[in-house]
Amino acid sequence: MENTSGYLHSVESAGTLDGPGVRRVLFLQGCPLNCLYCHNPDARPFRCGQKTDAFTQLEQISRYRDLFIKTGGGVTLSGGEPLSQPAFVKTIFEGCKRMGIHTALDTSGYTGWRADDELLSYTDLVLLDIKHIRSENYESLTGVELRPTLDFAKRLADLGIPIWLRHVLVPGYTDAPEHLAELAAFIATLPNIKRVEILPFHNMGKYKWEQLGLNYRLENTAEPTAECVESARDHFRAHGITVY
Amino acid sequence: MKTTSDLPFLTDTTPSCHRTFKAGTWVNEIDVRDFIQKNYTPYTGDSSFLAGPTDDTRLLWQEVLNLMKEERIKGVLDADTEVVSGVNTHKPGYIDKDLERIVGLQTEKPLKRALMPFGGFRIAKSALESNGYQISEETEKAITGLRKTHNDGVFDAYTPDILKARKSGIVTGLPDAYARGRIIGDYRRAALYGISRLIEDKKEQRSSLETANVSEENVRLREELKEQINALNELQEMAASYGFDISRPAENATEAVQWLYFAYLGAVKEQNGAAMSLGRVSTFLDIYFERDLQEGTLTEAQAQELIDHFVMKLRMVRFMRTPDYNELFSGDPTWVTEAIGGMSLDGRTLVSKTAFRMLQTLHNLGPAPEPNLTILWSDKLPDGFKEFCAETSIRTSSLQYENDDLMRGYWGDDYGIACCVSAMRLGKQMQFFGARANLAKTLLYAINGGRDEISGEQVGPQLAPITGDYLSWDELIPRFEAMNDWLAQVYMNALNIIHYMHDKYYYERLEMALHDRDVMRTMACGIAGLSVVADSLSAVKYADVRIIRDERGLAVNFETTGVFPTFGNNDERVDNIARDLVKNFMGKLAKQPTYRNAIPTQSVLTITSNVVYGLKTGSTPDGRKKGEPFAPGANPMHGRDLNGAVASMMSVAKLPYEYAQDGISYTFSIVPKALGRNEEERLCNLTGLLDTYFGAGGHHINVNVFDRETLLDAMEHPEQYPQLTVRVSGYAVNFNKLTREQQLDVVNRTFHGHN
Repeated sequence: MENTSGYLHSVESAGTLDGPGVRRVLFLQGCPLNCLYCHNPDARPFRCGQKTDAFTQLEQISRYRDLFIKTGGGVTLSGGEPLSQPAFVKTIFEGCKRMGIHTALDTSGYTGWRADDELLSYTDLVLLDIKHIRSENYESLTGVELRPTLDFAKRLADLGIPIWLRHVLVPGYTDAPEHLAELAAFIATLPNIKRVEILPFHNMGKYKWEQLGLNYRLENTAEPTAECVESARDHFRAHGITVY
Repeated sequence: MKTTSDLPFLTDTTPSCHRTFKAGTWVNEIDVRDFIQKNYTPYTGDSSFLAGPTDDTRLLWQEVLNLMKEERIKGVLDADTEVVSGVNTHKPGYIDKDLERIVGLQTEKPLKRALMPFGGFRIAKSALESNGYQISEETEKAITGLRKTHNDGVFDAYTPDILKARKSGIVTGLPDAYARGRIIGDYRRAALYGISRLIEDKKEQRSSLETANVSEENVRLREELKEQINALNELQEMAASYGFDISRPAENATEAVQWLYFAYLGAVKEQNGAAMSLGRVSTFLDIYFERDLQEGTLTEAQAQELIDHFVMKLRMVRFMRTPDYNELFSGDPTWVTEAIGGMSLDGRTLVSKTAFRMLQTLHNLGPAPEPNLTILWSDKLPDGFKEFCAETSIRTSSLQYENDDLMRGYWGDDYGIACCVSAMRLGKQMQFFGARANLAKTLLYAINGGRDEISGEQVGPQLAPITGDYLSWDELIPRFEAMNDWLAQVYMNALNIIHYMHDKYYYERLEMALHDRDVMRTMACGIAGLSVVADSLSAVKYADVRIIRDERGLAVNFETTGVFPTFGNNDERVDNIARDLVKNFMGKLAKQPTYRNAIPTQSVLTITSNVVYGLKTGSTPDGRKKGEPFAPGANPMHGRDLNGAVASMMSVAKLPYEYAQDGISYTFSIVPKALGRNEEERLCNLTGLLDTYFGAGGHHINVNVFDRETLLDAMEHPEQYPQLTVRVSGYAVNFNKLTREQQLDVVNRTFHGHN
């Protein structure tokens, strides 16, 4: 196992929302997408943030092995887009597996082709964020095309790697019933979907856009109502999928 | 062949109270631990056996809630202005005699506060006045004419040095005008042995001191033992006034709870100590509960009812306090600390069904700050108990946790917790409570050559100040060391005077009567501002700190450029600084001679005084501005622990208990959502976090689980949150009883997981 270097945005030592149990979540710096509702726009630029290496991170991770095992937790690589730094991801995940620690990859899937089969063999769970099921909407929402994400989902299905699908519910952008129904229908074709998480949009990332001098276009978008979130979940429940 | 000690000692001479109990040394000696070890039943199941509140419990608690509501509006419900309170000075008092399973109040009326002037008369008087009461002229004449108080004695002996240090706030909260507390009588002895036997034992101890050469120590101890005997007699009379003969041991569970409570009640009638802790009674009482359950004289509902009623009484303990006192120790705390759980030295868990019953009171009666329920956590605790603790924390935010695996090695398996974090062997050990010294101010004194950054006065020794424009590690550290040498000395001198006088003028007769003859004493010092100083030194070491001086030439502000590691991120560079601070100051305290040869210890604990300390301290090199609060206890500074809860816990866990044996307090607040998506996940994650923190050597943790919005709403609509309880450094308070500054301090503290 060779050490590799990478760029970190930040670390959450007690994450409980990005995968099962208590997890160490490494947010990797750099993302090729330009999502309108991004709540971490400061994690987008490449080749900045904190430069580190996989062994340093693995040493930190190793200290919490007991916690991960007790709570059914582990390590989640998020971002940014972790698959923008595939070599770094691969080393960390390989190290984790050698220590018996659960691994989760939180990705948009857009750069899924950069994850080789070896990297995926060290990956226990993929938190796959499909932001929209229609190409044209996906592109206007993220600035990149949808196809690679769907291809990646199918590849994960072929490899039998479990997926938790994540979908951010943004009123006026991603909450149309027909779109949700389509997304649910696609998801239902994947045998490896273990769970769907509908994440209600929130405006708490707004200040970061302002700090970066960027134009935040969702300023006047409200958070979805509880009923709206529930009816979104119903689309997936209709297919017998576990939904949170 | 069986020996007699294998038999339940049912012989002709066995008293019926001891039927079925397994004999041991506890029969011939006063040894409660031995009784527990021989007779208790560990419980490794879950909480499903527990009973809800009975109708009588509901009715009685509603009456108490009504009284408490009235109290909240008036501030103080009623106060005694005439009778100087003692163990047996008041007529029996009741809430509603027909409903009460456990009886006894501090005065003749519920929530009426007693007059206890011997800690300091002026304080007692002004406490009454600030609440709209006037002490009776006759009583005032009698006290001031005939008796000297603890407070008078202390100020007769204080040196000018001490007075200056006290005024500047470099030492604060000293128990020199109020009762010191933090002594735990072994109240279980009253139930197990009855008072007659305890008096016999004390008489024997007294005659053991009839030696050929009477030393000063002997004289003092002989007088104290006589005082203890007097107090036990008064306790017996007080119980008799309620219609109970506690000269004999308790016969059953009801009596065991009642006897034990009487002993505790006697203590809080006599002393208004800063912390009047209960000890570790649950599993002791469980032995009586188990026996009655087996004999068919008690049902689970009745067992729970007894505990609920007992706890109601503990929730009603009150003392008369001044506004000044409340600024330091806000929320009307009494620290009726009950330690629950832990493990026996032989590896069995000390969790019993009554440990569960004690926690169940928080569900049956709702959350409350008192009694201060403290879970002695061990990796080996039964899973069912861990889960019930986590569930109770998540629902009520009323529990604190302390590391039994760490403390058992120091204090055995029959210690209690006094106040917040101070462990002591029950009946065998006591402490001289010493409040705390302000390390952040000391750092500023080191920079300013002993002059106070606020008043400009020369308070510390006139050592060479730093004269350059930038702070350098090499210049600062020797000065800081020297200033700490001075501080440790002046601080210990103050404590020696305080405790000499407290023993002389306000001796804890009853609490000490429930101790062995020879007790181990610790001199419990403390430090405040640990994370402020650690971060400040880190700034000096890793960034550039420019000094900004005022017209007096005093460093009053700092301009820090560059990044530096901060405490709370599991970063060795600064965590080591914090660890060294604790160790070094302990080393300086350990050099000082102490009153009654007490063993110096220290705590990293602020209670709520982190706000007052901050108020009295100038700007510090870490970027904290003048007047801003310190972090509470050993907590990282607000908003500087950027890597989440586990990293924060790991930094705190590195602080060495060996050099802070009086306890290291850490307060952890998390929003429910950040703990997991559903109840099951939250329980698992919280117990996992606790196992990890304690496994890494952490000593204490308060667990708060609520949303920031809830607190903000409670500030605006207190009437809708009458029982909202939050844990602050080492204890819990009713949120509504905090001052607005303290409420804001709680709201602004790092909440893990923004929602």
